[in-house]
Amino acid sequence: MYQYDQYDHLIVRERIAQYRDQVRRRLSDELTEAEFVPLRLQNGLYMQRHAYMLRIAVPYGLLSSRQMRMFAHIARKYDRGYGHFTTRQNIQFNWVELEQTPDILSDLASVEMHAIQTSGNCIRNTTSDPYAGVAADEIIDPRPYAEVLRQWSTFHPEFIALPRKFKVAINGAVEDRAAIAVHDIGLTVVRNDAGEIGFKFMAGGGMGRTPILGSVIREFLPWQHLLTYTEAVMRVYNQYGRRDNKYKARIKILLKAIGVEEFTRQVEAEWVDLKDGPETLTVEEMQRVIDYFQPPAYKPLDDSDVTAAPEAAGNKAFANWINRNVKPHKQPGYAAVVLSLKKTGVPPGDATAEQIDFMADLADQYSFGELRVTHEQNIVLADVEQSQLFTLWQLVKAKGLATPNIGLLTDMICCPGGDFCSLANAKSIPIAAAIAERFDDIDYQHDIGEIELNISGCINACGHHHVGSIGVLGVDKDGSEWYQVSIGGSQGNHSAIGKIIGPSFSALQMPEVIARLLQVYVRERFEDESFAACAQRLGVAPFKEFVYATPIAEKAGRLVGEDEYV
Amino acid sequence: MSDAVAENSKNLIIKGREVVEDDWLVLRLAEPVEGAPQIDPATIAVPEGKVIVPQSLWLVQRELLAARAAAGEIGVWIASDERPEAIRDDLSSFGVIAVDFPKFTDGRGYSIAYNLRIRMGWTGELRAIGDVLRDQLFQMQRVGFNAYATRPDRSIHDALKGLSDFSETYQASVDQKLPLYRRHARTSGVAAPAANNDGAGI
Repeated sequence: MYQYDQYDHLIVRERIAQYRDQVRRRLSDELTEAEFVPLRLQNGLYMQRHAYMLRIAVPYGLLSSRQMRMFAHIARKYDRGYGHFTTRQNIQFNWVELEQTPDILSDLASVEMHAIQTSGNCIRNTTSDPYAGVAADEIIDPRPYAEVLRQWSTFHPEFIALPRKFKVAINGAVEDRAAIAVHDIGLTVVRNDAGEIGFKFMAGGGMGRTPILGSVIREFLPWQHLLTYTEAVMRVYNQYGRRDNKYKARIKILLKAIGVEEFTRQVEAEWVDLKDGPETLTVEEMQRVIDYFQPPAYKPLDDSDVTAAPEAAGNKAFANWINRNVKPHKQPGYAAVVLSLKKTGVPPGDATAEQIDFMADLADQYSFGELRVTHEQNIVLADVEQSQLFTLWQLVKAKGLATPNIGLLTDMICCPGGDFCSLANAKSIPIAAAIAERFDDIDYQHDIGEIELNISGCINACGHHHVGSIGVLGVDKDGSEWYQVSIGGSQGNHSAIGKIIGPSFSALQMPEVIARLLQVYVRERFEDESFAACAQRLGVAPFKEFVYATPIAEKAGRLVGEDEYV
Repeated sequence: MSDAVAENSKNLIIKGREVVEDDWLVLRLAEPVEGAPQIDPATIAVPEGKVIVPQSLWLVQRELLAARAAAGEIGVWIASDERPEAIRDDLSSFGVIAVDFPKFTDGRGYSIAYNLRIRMGWTGELRAIGDVLRDQLFQMQRVGFNAYATRPDRSIHDALKGLSDFSETYQASVDQKLPLYRRHARTSGVAAPAANNDGAGI
């Protein structure tokens, strides 16, 4: 993975000094809170409902075991013993003190990490495929390009006060696992007919209040021009993106207003004198970065059927885990393992300091010391020998990280919601918990098959509800919390925005609503048809009819924890 | 004069890396009031002395102000929703060009500065005015500003420190035409040092 050189270290250290002084000036009232807000946001520090939350950048989701251990250290020393992995492959800590944040950043810098531009109206952390470098269907490893973008966008002087936040995702495989269509810029690394590397360049996707899939503005951009072309897009957006209404300020609204053709024309006009300029990437610089992402020292091994091994034969739990949580690898004899952070009863994406340390140890022992964060909020060990899978499974199971539910109903994407976030209209974690309780039966989940249940506590859509097979959105109605349900959304190569089925529900009704949607699906599905495909084929009508046919008892569901007593 | 507010700017500004006295006056048109008739910049009388006028006023009073401009008494300021290309042919008339930041979260002025310096070739004084505070100065300097009228309720001497927050930057901009890797040999992936603590003492 990429390692800092003296310049990366210097810039991060100087940033900490700058931020430490900003905090000092805030605490001594030299800065008003209004003036401090954009400064702290550009450093990932939010004021939540109860405390400050610090979001730390995990560039394109890739971590060393040393960095992972630092998260455990931060969780213990500065927080309440746990952290929350996010849908943008980052980690956030929910209970930090403002006064301590500069020290947290110093600790992070010692393992080449920071919180730069993890929030605020600037270019955020570039996200990517959690299986980059190992996926069997990979065309080109996207991580070196993500790293080049990270450096270029870090403290870009011109694009530090954009109309709104700006998110870039990059995919280099046949299957898109980076949700590029719902990003401000979505890049796919491709080869042209001559075999040269470049990008299919999409812009204008996004979720939030107005979900829109991105449009292709260039079919093939040679890789040398990645930064100059991105600069052209950014300058058009910085000048013409709306600033009068924050709900209309994302680049997707600009594209929609002027049309993709006019937007593309403006970008191309802007690009004319940037093209071939000094920000054009050189072969030497690109190779320098690519060298950091060379494959580890794999052993020459053959693929094997691990469920047929003597110790594993007939073990259904292990077979379920292999089936759901183990992914194919481009190197024979190896596999990628997903550690599920979706155990029923635990907020999706949360991990304790003990689990974080444990996962770091596993990485050292079984996966060349590296880990990845997925945008579905799980952790991946990308390079595990197949012969070690049974041993690994037993270890992981003992720590509650082996729930065999990856891609299934209880592998929900869920934002922190109203329990933490000051933007939320409604809680999301208790809804996720109630649904997980109701459908805890793993056999039923396997029967339902691939499904994405995504829950957002408000219209900002951090829980990606628009692209969920089933999407749940928390809404505020006369001061109480309600949930709007949509179906048929999907991410990846066949991205689609879900459609709302009808009036919203109370929290306690939600598990039954999900149950009824699944009943319609089981009744109507073709063989091997996923929920999303079925919903897209049938449309909303049959689902709507069945869900609303008879009243749903208010006490149909059960909330857990402190929310049990409503 | 009731439709215009003259900001007395006979106070201190940062020029280059020094705090200096300044004798330019920034002329601002009063904010349009809803329902009231639009203020016509053609009817505003530009006060005596060295005055930085709004771009909209310059465009309608160009001929009227020509003699004063020739005497070096006229500057122009550009609002964040205006394009600097409108004054492309007039650049030689101005003693100073200013760009207004109505609030520090409005980043359009950074692109205006870039365009003035790189596309339009303005080499004279480029001044940031409006909601200008210490923590913006570093990026302002990078996109080509060389003068800063910081907000008068804050210490300008403190603000000066903002110009030296960083000693290295990754990307090219107006101040530094080459990206980092074209200026320095950077460590390659294969020969990465095991540990590096540069800057740890900061």
